[in-house]
Amino acid sequence: MSLSPVEGAALAEIESSDQEPDEKKRLVGRSPGQLVWARLRRDRTAMVSGVVLALFILAAVAAPLIQRLYGVSPNQQFGDLLDATGMPLGYVGGVSGDHWFGLEPGLGRDIFIRMIYGIRTSLLIALGAALVTTTIGVVLGIVAGFLGGVVDSVISWITDVALALPFLIFALAVVPTFSLRFYGPRDAVPTWFAVTTLIVVFAAFGWTGTARLVRGQVVSLREREFVEAARASGAGLGHMLFRQLLPNIWAPILVAFSLAVPSYVTGEAALSFLGVGLPESVPSFGRMIYRSIDYLQTDPAYVFFPGITIFALVLAFNLFGDALRDALDPKSSR
Amino acid sequence: MGRSEAVPSGEPDRPEVPEQRSGDGPYLQVRELRVRFDTEDGVVRAVDGVSFAVERGRTLGIVGESGSGKSVTSLAILGLHNAKRTTISGEISVGGRQLVGLREEEIRRLRGRDMAMIFQDPLSALHPYYSVGRQIAEAYRVHHPRAGRREARSRAVDMLGRVGIPQPAKRFDQYPHEFSGGMRQRAMIAMALVNDPDLLIADEPTTALDVTVQAQILDLLADLQEEFRSAIILITHDLGVVSQVADDVLVMYAGRAVEHGSVERVLRAPQHPYTWGLLSSVPSLHGDADADLVPIPGNPPSLINLPSGCAFHPRCRWADVNGDRSRIEVPELREAGQAGHLVACHLSAADRERIYRDEVAQVGVAR
Amino acid sequence: MSAETEPLLSVRGLTKHFPVRQGLRARGAVRAVDGLDFDVRPGETLGLVGESGCGKTTTGRMLVRLLEPTSGSITFAGRDITHGGRRELRGLRQDLQIIFQDPYASLNPRHTVGRIVAMPLQVNRITPPGGVKKRVQELLELVGLNPEHYNRYPHEFSGGQRQRIGIARALALKPKLIVADEPVSALDVSIQAQVINLLRDLQRDLDLAFVFIAHDLAVIRHFCHRVAVMYLGTIVEIGDRDTIYTRPQHPYTRALLSAIPDVTTLGPAGRIRLTGDVPTPLNPPSGCRFRTRCWKATDHCATEEPALTTRDDGGQLTACHYPESGPVGMPTGEPVEVSK
Ligand SMILES: Nc1ncnc2c1ncn2[C@@H]1O[C@H](COP(=O)(O)OP(=O)(O)OP(=O)(O)O)[C@@H](O)[C@H]1O
Ligand SMILES: Nc1ncnc2c1ncn2[C@@H]1O[C@H](COP(=O)(O)OP(=O)(O)O)[C@@H](O)[C@H]1O
Ligand code: SF4
Ligand code: SF4
Ligand SMILES: [Mg+2]
Ligand SMILES: [Mg+2]
Repeated sequence: MSLSPVEGAALAEIESSDQEPDEKKRLVGRSPGQLVWARLRRDRTAMVSGVVLALFILAAVAAPLIQRLYGVSPNQQFGDLLDATGMPLGYVGGVSGDHWFGLEPGLGRDIFIRMIYGIRTSLLIALGAALVTTTIGVVLGIVAGFLGGVVDSVISWITDVALALPFLIFALAVVPTFSLRFYGPRDAVPTWFAVTTLIVVFAAFGWTGTARLVRGQVVSLREREFVEAARASGAGLGHMLFRQLLPNIWAPILVAFSLAVPSYVTGEAALSFLGVGLPESVPSFGRMIYRSIDYLQTDPAYVFFPGITIFALVLAFNLFGDALRDALDPKSSR
Repeated sequence: MGRSEAVPSGEPDRPEVPEQRSGDGPYLQVRELRVRFDTEDGVVRAVDGVSFAVERGRTLGIVGESGSGKSVTSLAILGLHNAKRTTISGEISVGGRQLVGLREEEIRRLRGRDMAMIFQDPLSALHPYYSVGRQIAEAYRVHHPRAGRREARSRAVDMLGRVGIPQPAKRFDQYPHEFSGGMRQRAMIAMALVNDPDLLIADEPTTALDVTVQAQILDLLADLQEEFRSAIILITHDLGVVSQVADDVLVMYAGRAVEHGSVERVLRAPQHPYTWGLLSSVPSLHGDADADLVPIPGNPPSLINLPSGCAFHPRCRWADVNGDRSRIEVPELREAGQAGHLVACHLSAADRERIYRDEVAQVGVAR
Repeated sequence: MSAETEPLLSVRGLTKHFPVRQGLRARGAVRAVDGLDFDVRPGETLGLVGESGCGKTTTGRMLVRLLEPTSGSITFAGRDITHGGRRELRGLRQDLQIIFQDPYASLNPRHTVGRIVAMPLQVNRITPPGGVKKRVQELLELVGLNPEHYNRYPHEFSGGQRQRIGIARALALKPKLIVADEPVSALDVSIQAQVINLLRDLQRDLDLAFVFIAHDLAVIRHFCHRVAVMYLGTIVEIGDRDTIYTRPQHPYTRALLSAIPDVTTLGPAGRIRLTGDVPTPLNPPSGCRFRTRCWKATDHCATEEPALTTRDDGGQLTACHYPESGPVGMPTGEPVEVSK
């Protein structure tokens, strides 16, 4: 008997399955990325923290422009606005129309513009370090997870060693030694050198988390049939790692990245606070907070402004990272 | 099971009407059950006005495609839906007790004692860190608080033996991973039956099993039903399984019942185009192996955005027989041809008979 | 199928043992596949059927060289492909493709349908005449999908449609043989029938050879010219479809056929009831592997492994010392309870 009309109907049905194209488009015609974006848009925390982050990044990028408009440079000293003991004149640490957040006690530099530059330094180091660590982590993790066996054991062993080293002691010991090798004790260490040193130190320790995360993801994905399908078609290692697997682990990598940035912001501040970070001339949160501690009693405004700003920056990054994680969560998808 | 021998096709006089039977009435009675979930994408009407009844000693088979609301129905009876995101309405009465609207702990007390469930995947339903026997004994003690450890243990060993596990006393102390798939399903059944429930719901109990083991489990269920006289709901997508063990059949499509009646009627004289489609798409061991199968065209609809009128109309070859009616009006479940055989379709009895005889029967089951 | 045709695929003594370790020490091996012999001729479909864990998937994956065989040989189109590396296999991959069971795991969720179907062309650096996109759209049309769906993502499709995408991908390189590993097991009956019909049409139109793996004898019956029944890593019976379904000789084949719940009969199915489960392949029974569940087993079965050979009447090969004869449904010898 000839049943092809029915079969034909079956196929026709599937082909014509998008009646009401608008309705359909709205419901299904979206890529996984668009779905995530739609979910982020609906999350108020994500939106607020995202806007705050955007403002911070804008301030960092546009720092020279802000300086031009504001009319004060970060290393300019306003000695005439300090009293005899070096404390800023006026209220709340010298807040005024010219100096929005007041002046530093002692040197009399403008706090607002130093903070704008501090954000720039902070974000530069944090984003740079996060980029380097993520790259190292992804490459090592993906290779270890996919190849398994000896390669996996060796990489896992290195990861464990890196995790076992105490970061702070290492940094305190290495950073000064490192600059001493290239510059004398009296020489001024150039800013780019200090920044690079910090990024390298962070990178040496920070990749372990990402590597473990990526390795775990790859282990769970590598037996998936879509990878097998590529292998069965004769795909090489590169294709399977970077074309098939990587697009599927962007989500956790992105989350790890956005949660790593704030930890480097605080890391940089901590090292600068301990005196092994950036030189005095470079505006930095760590330095500012370090100096402000001496004036906790006499000039609380000096602690307040940098403190609240770094708090807001780190909080915004963390909230955004968490929101991103929720938006990317496959359990709430589809 | 409580069914007498098969009746030849279409014999018109068996009073298989659960609702109208004499005696103390059906043990489980579900009326106009509706279950809704609020989700990100909209309201999912997973079950939309389903009614059925099951008596003690009888088996109701619920069939339908994936997503047609079979499991949601059974979880509603057991009160296992998350109350926050689920809206349930209608009536569910078990042994004369109304369940919809009952408080959480009251339902929990009934669960396990009066009604029990067998899941598709026994490995995820058994706890991996406790021995199988201990889990069965615990299930017993929950509802028999005065039973001692020893009594519970001997009861569990007894049950393991009853479901056909060799050396039950030895097996008592083994863990789920030490059991094979078929033995795990037996253990699940032992756990479900340890409190002599009057209602047993089995959701795809054999889907994960091999055919030879499936045959054992289905036999076991039939034997146990004879012994315990419980009412059984067997959910499956396999019409073959239904034909073997069910007394009555409920065919679901997109959250609604489309056909309901005795197994002889539904499988031998099916009335709904969806049931016809199911029957003719099953590959069979008999008939012409070189003939093409007759699939149901298209895909099941989204429950958020059901087609208007008869939800089956985009896939139905006879949707145009009554003009636009199938596209506009939702067909009600009505008696078709014989008392107790219900069908939700706008086709007239004469049309159905003619279509089944001329267009379906040769290619369908009777292939 | 004329018997004279040169086989396209020829498998001899194919074996796969997975070592099992406890800590560092080897603790034996899972004998997943243990010495298979079979041929597939061009344009022929061979069904591999058996219960879960009997080695069907392992066999299929060895055929497309996703797994390295422990021993034995695979000859495809006259070339020994048992141990070739990626480079040597390159040209051959195009002739030998696989369709997977799980319509969800087998498509990369982050790739568009177009990219998924084009993948085999891309990794083999093939540019078909008219361009990749045109070829992909032809393929989508061939498997009954709308070519406009080129830019959609897998999550927008139902299980049956996804399986069609997987089929289109397998067809991209115009293979001669496709290994289909339970391609319809995860689908609903109505959709399953759509996909079986599609595969049948493709098989006929493109003259494809198939190794079609399934646990459902009824599905196999509608698709295959020949059928091989597997039990615990070995083939227990192999022959033409009609012979296997009407006059099976191996007790296991009979038990399998009899256990299938068939819609056409109401009430409890066939008379043969096997007891117990499939034994573990870690330590298969001596002699005939089926003896722990066979109602005809004797001491002889425990000591000597029956060879896969032709028995009296039927045209099939059977591995049993006491083969059955006559049509199904009438086992010689009553079913008896067998204890282990
Ligand atoms: N908790 C939930 N929230 C939202 N939707 C749900 C929920 N549980 C089930 N559904 C939806 O309800 C519908 C019916 O689901 P159900 O599990 O009852 O199907 P089924 O008939 O048992 O299918 P299967 O054969 O796949 O088991 C499906 O569309 C399902 O996605
Ligand atoms: N990678 C592996 N390691 C160890 N055992 C395996 C592996 N893959 C499969 N097996 C075992 O080999 C046997 C056959 O498996 P498989 O071919 O997947 O069976 P089927 O497809 O017939 O269900 C099973 O016992 C299975 O557990
Ligand atoms: S009501 Fe109309 S569309 Fe629905 S099943 Fe009957 S004939 Fe088909
Ligand atoms: S060889 Fe013996 S045990 Fe094996 S199938 Fe034949 S009769 Fe049964
Ligand atoms: Mg279900
Ligand atoms: Mg398999």
